[in-house]
Amino acid sequence: MLYYFPYMKPEPMAEMTETPIIVAQSIGKSFGDFNALTDVSLTVHKGERVVVCGPSGSGKSTLIRCFNGLENHSTGTLSVDGVDLYPDAPEIRQLRQDVGMVFQQFNLFPHLTVLENLMIGPMKVRKLDRVQAEETARKYLERVRIPEQADKRPAQLSGGQQQRVAIARALCMEPRVMLFDEPTSALDPEMIGEVLDVMVELADTGMTMVVVTHEMGFARKVADTMVFMEAGRIVEISPPKTFFTNPKTARARVFLDQILEH
Amino acid sequence: MRDTRPMTVSRVLNTPLIAVILYFAVVGAIVWMSYTGAQQMGYNWQWYQIPKYFYSFTEDGFQPGEILTGLWATIVLSLTSFTLATLLGLGVALLRLSGLVVGKGVAVGYLEFVRNIPLLVLLYLFYYVLGPVFGFDRWTAAVMTLAVFHSALISEIFRAGINSVSTGQWEAAASIGMSRAQAYRYIILPQSVRFMLPPLTGEVVHLIKSSAIVSVIAVAELTTIGRNIISDTYMSFEIWFTIAAVYLALTLALSFGVSAVERRFQSEV
Repeated sequence: MLYYFPYMKPEPMAEMTETPIIVAQSIGKSFGDFNALTDVSLTVHKGERVVVCGPSGSGKSTLIRCFNGLENHSTGTLSVDGVDLYPDAPEIRQLRQDVGMVFQQFNLFPHLTVLENLMIGPMKVRKLDRVQAEETARKYLERVRIPEQADKRPAQLSGGQQQRVAIARALCMEPRVMLFDEPTSALDPEMIGEVLDVMVELADTGMTMVVVTHEMGFARKVADTMVFMEAGRIVEISPPKTFFTNPKTARARVFLDQILEH
Repeated sequence: MRDTRPMTVSRVLNTPLIAVILYFAVVGAIVWMSYTGAQQMGYNWQWYQIPKYFYSFTEDGFQPGEILTGLWATIVLSLTSFTLATLLGLGVALLRLSGLVVGKGVAVGYLEFVRNIPLLVLLYLFYYVLGPVFGFDRWTAAVMTLAVFHSALISEIFRAGINSVSTGQWEAAASIGMSRAQAYRYIILPQSVRFMLPPLTGEVVHLIKSSAIVSVIAVAELTTIGRNIISDTYMSFEIWFTIAAVYLALTLALSFGVSAVERRFQSEV
């Protein structure tokens, strides 16, 4: 990736490598007659932070859900971390252990405590013993700054806290890639900051991240690459400096005007 | 504070004193009608005979009577059948939700078959047809009949319970690499129990009641015992009232017990 203003992007450049980790080649996805994705090609490199934005219904979520096989693309090829994804591929389960996902609605397990939410994946899927799993869980709870909530149930936490638990739950699997599907869209405004802070810190550790979000401040701060989608297609892929100051497409310009206006 | 609302018929009927008087009037009328009806037939009431069928004391101490033995048989029969029905029902529900065409076909075929033939015919099938073929004794035939019949209803309860857990839970489980079986075991089923407990209790009560039907193949449970006592003593009124009361006591005790458990479950979640 080539930056036009390299002096504006000091650290992330150094961490980003040229090893592709997600390679989507003209993938398509349709639900009945509706084409959710059309001819989408995107490469995400190890250590790269990609922010996907676009109007609602543009296929952002569908795309990111394809990356860990929650949706099956219907055409094209998609490989994630060296695994070719196709419907019911036996490697999908293995892959999902290495690809963390954070959902808009948190999707914490309501019948388990916060600590158990974090431990169940490592224990049942990675087959770690309880002591190791708890150690990892507490480490990541510390990292998302809610170690004191370990024994509560998700329903007793605020939305922002729940989403941070969800991030910690994904991190406990020690993933190589993190996918975020509109992680702050279901949050009250005053809680968005605490979740974004955690995500910025995560980005600073060099984690490969694909983030679907409308939080353009966050995008400016961490993105290496901006992807703009509309009507199931990728309309523009630009470095953030270009994207925010001088978008290549008129459609992106209109979109930015609309969301940055307020 | 004085209630200034106008007096309506329903409010008058709901005044405590009037409500109690009316209640006893209704119950009294029913008892009186049964009693006079029986008197007119010249029925010879022998309630004093009943206790000995429950228990007696001999030199060896407490002896359970025939009714208690029958009650115990009913309880064992119901518990065995219910356990089996739950396992079968879970299996059928999982097959139905498996997404396999064959699995769904088998499950739906089974459900339609079981739900659309009378329980009595199912019992005859097990006792007179499958019994001789596979060498079931009458107890096994009874257990199998009740288990199969109720597994159909229980599988629907499981299916509804499983479907009531949001798809986000499946996705979250999948996203940390869980298999479908692990997701069921650790994430989905523990959450659906809360939805399934009330209808499952109803199903146990239903099963206890339908277990009476196995008296037609002379399995020695509560209803069969009742028939046997009557054929010895001709006390049909007393015995059937008693048997009905025993069933009522059993199912009501169960309902109260389970609603206590449910309240604990609700407060936990």
